[in-house]
Amino acid sequence: MSAGWTVNRLTLAGLGVLAVLGLIAAAAPWVAPYDPETMDVMGVLGAPSLAHPFGLDVLGRDVLSRVLYSLRVSLMVSLSAVAVATILAVPLGLLAGYFGAWVDTAISRTLDMLLVLPAMLLAITLIAILGPGSAVAAMAIAMIYLPILARVMRTSTLVVTGNDYVAGSRARGASHWRVLVAHVAPNAMGPVVVQASVLSAFALQLEAGLSFLGLGTQPPTPSLGGMLADGRDVLIQAPWVEVFPGLAIVIAVLAFTLLGEGLRRVFDPRGVAE
Amino acid sequence: MSVLAFASVSVRFGDDATAVKDVTLDIQRGEIFGIVGESGSGKSTLAHAVMGLLPANATVSGSIAVNGRAVLGLGEAALRQMRGRKVAMIFQDASASLDPVWPVGDQIAEVIRAHGPVSRADAKARAIGLMTEVGIPDAAARYGDGPHRFSGGMRQRIVIAAALANNPQLLIADEPTTALDVTLQAQVLALIDRMRRDHGTTVLLITHDLGVVAQVCDRVGVMYGGKLLEVATTRDLFARPSHPYTRALLAANPAGAPRGSRLPVIPTEWSVESLQAAEAADG
Repeated sequence: MSAGWTVNRLTLAGLGVLAVLGLIAAAAPWVAPYDPETMDVMGVLGAPSLAHPFGLDVLGRDVLSRVLYSLRVSLMVSLSAVAVATILAVPLGLLAGYFGAWVDTAISRTLDMLLVLPAMLLAITLIAILGPGSAVAAMAIAMIYLPILARVMRTSTLVVTGNDYVAGSRARGASHWRVLVAHVAPNAMGPVVVQASVLSAFALQLEAGLSFLGLGTQPPTPSLGGMLADGRDVLIQAPWVEVFPGLAIVIAVLAFTLLGEGLRRVFDPRGVAE
Repeated sequence: MSVLAFASVSVRFGDDATAVKDVTLDIQRGEIFGIVGESGSGKSTLAHAVMGLLPANATVSGSIAVNGRAVLGLGEAALRQMRGRKVAMIFQDASASLDPVWPVGDQIAEVIRAHGPVSRADAKARAIGLMTEVGIPDAAARYGDGPHRFSGGMRQRIVIAAALANNPQLLIADEPTTALDVTLQAQVLALIDRMRRDHGTTVLLITHDLGVVAQVCDRVGVMYGGKLLEVATTRDLFARPSHPYTRALLAANPAGAPRGSRLPVIPTEWSVESLQAAEAADG
C-alpha cells in the first residue's frame, strides 16, 4: 500500500470524525432530545434508559443533550482560539522571518515574553483580569498559542526566504510585499497548518480544563469541562455523568490529532513508512 | 558605450571580511563579459551589488553605474524599477529559481506586469511568446504547468525567458550553467548568446568554468580574493595570460592537459599579498 494512501486515510478519518462532531454540535438545538438546562427533579442521577440514553446528571438534566450542547461550545471556543492565534501569528512570523534584523528582534522578543509563562498560568492570569467566560477563555487560549504558531511560521519563512526563487523574484523587480504574499507565504504555510490542527486538540483540552476549574464557560451554559466538574462527586454512583463528556473530549482530541498527523505527512513526507 | 561601470568598488560584510576589493571595470554595450574565479573570490558579491540585493550588513563603497546612472544609494522604489527592466539576473540553480507553487507561465507574466500596466491577457500572450522564443515546445499548452513538470534545462530556459521579459539592457548570469550537464550547458549558453544578438542585451557572465568562458565570452576578468587581477579579451587571456594566478588557473584546467597527466594544483597558500609580490617581481 502506498504512503500516499495511508496519509489520505489518516487525514480523511480525522476530517470525517470532525465533520460529524461539527455537524452534531451545530445542529445541537435540533437533534438534542431535551433542553440542556431543564431539570427533572424526580429523575436526579437516573441511569441511562431509552428515554435518556446517557442518563441524567446531579440536577436531573439530560446528559446526552448537555454533551451535544457542550460540544458546540467547546468546539467553538477552541477553533476560534486557534483561528485567532493563526491569523495573528502568520503575518508576525512572516515579517520576522523575512525581514530579520530589528523587525525579527522586536517581534520575537515580544512573543518570547508570552512564551515564558506556563500556559495554564497565563490563562488564569488573563481570566483573573478580565473575568471568566467562554470569550475570555478563547482569548486566553489564543494568547497561549500565538507565540508557538508565530515561531513555527518564522522558522518556515526563514527556510523559504533562503530559496533562490525569492531572490530571483526580487531580481525580476517584485516588491517586498509581492514577494511575501505571492511567493513566501504560500510556500511557508504548511507547517503552520499542521501545527494549528494539532493545537486545536490541545485547545479543546485546555478549554475543558479551564471550564472544569470554573474559569471558562460559565454555568448554566453546558461545557464539557463543566460537566466533568459536576460529575466528579458522583463518579461511583453515576459514572455516566462523567464518562460521556469525557468520551466526547477523547474523540474530538483524537480526531484533531489524527488530522494533524495526516497533514504533517502530507507536508513533510520524510519518515513515512512505505 | 559603457553599460555597466564599476569604479573602485569595495564590499565589506559587517566588520570582518572584505569580499570585493577596489574593483574598477567597464562593460561595453552588446558584449558578453565573463568573470572567472574560485568560490569565494567575490564574483557573485559583485553581481549582487549591482542589483542592490546584498544582505543588510554589507557596506559598498566606490560607485556602480548602469547606463551612466549610479545605482548605489538608490531607494527601494528606484531599485525595483531597475530590476527586471534595465538589469535582470539569473541564478545558478534553475530548479530553485522558480516558485514551486506557481505555474511557470504566471511567473514570467509576473515580471511583465511588475513593470508597467499590462493586462493579464497581454502578459500571458507575451509570456507564451517568450517561452516559444527560448525553445519550450508547445508553450501555450505548458503555460500552466508547475516547475516540477520541467527538466532542469527547460527550467533554466524559463528563467532566462523571465529575465529577458522586459528586454533589459544588462543580463547578469550568476553561474547559469553550473547545475546543468554538459549538453544542456552548451544549449543554454547558445541561447544566452542568441538572445544577446537578437535583443542587443549586454551580458555579465559569472562562472568558475573556463570552458564556458572560452565558448561565449568576448572579454574576461579574473577575480581572486576579491580583487580583479586581470582583464583581457578571451583570446588574449588563453594565449597570453599576464597574471601569475591566471597562468596557474589555466594550467589547472583539465581541458588543456595531456591525457593521464596529473593536473597542477593552484597553491592554496597563495594570498592576495603574495600574488601582489609575484606581480611586482614579474615587472
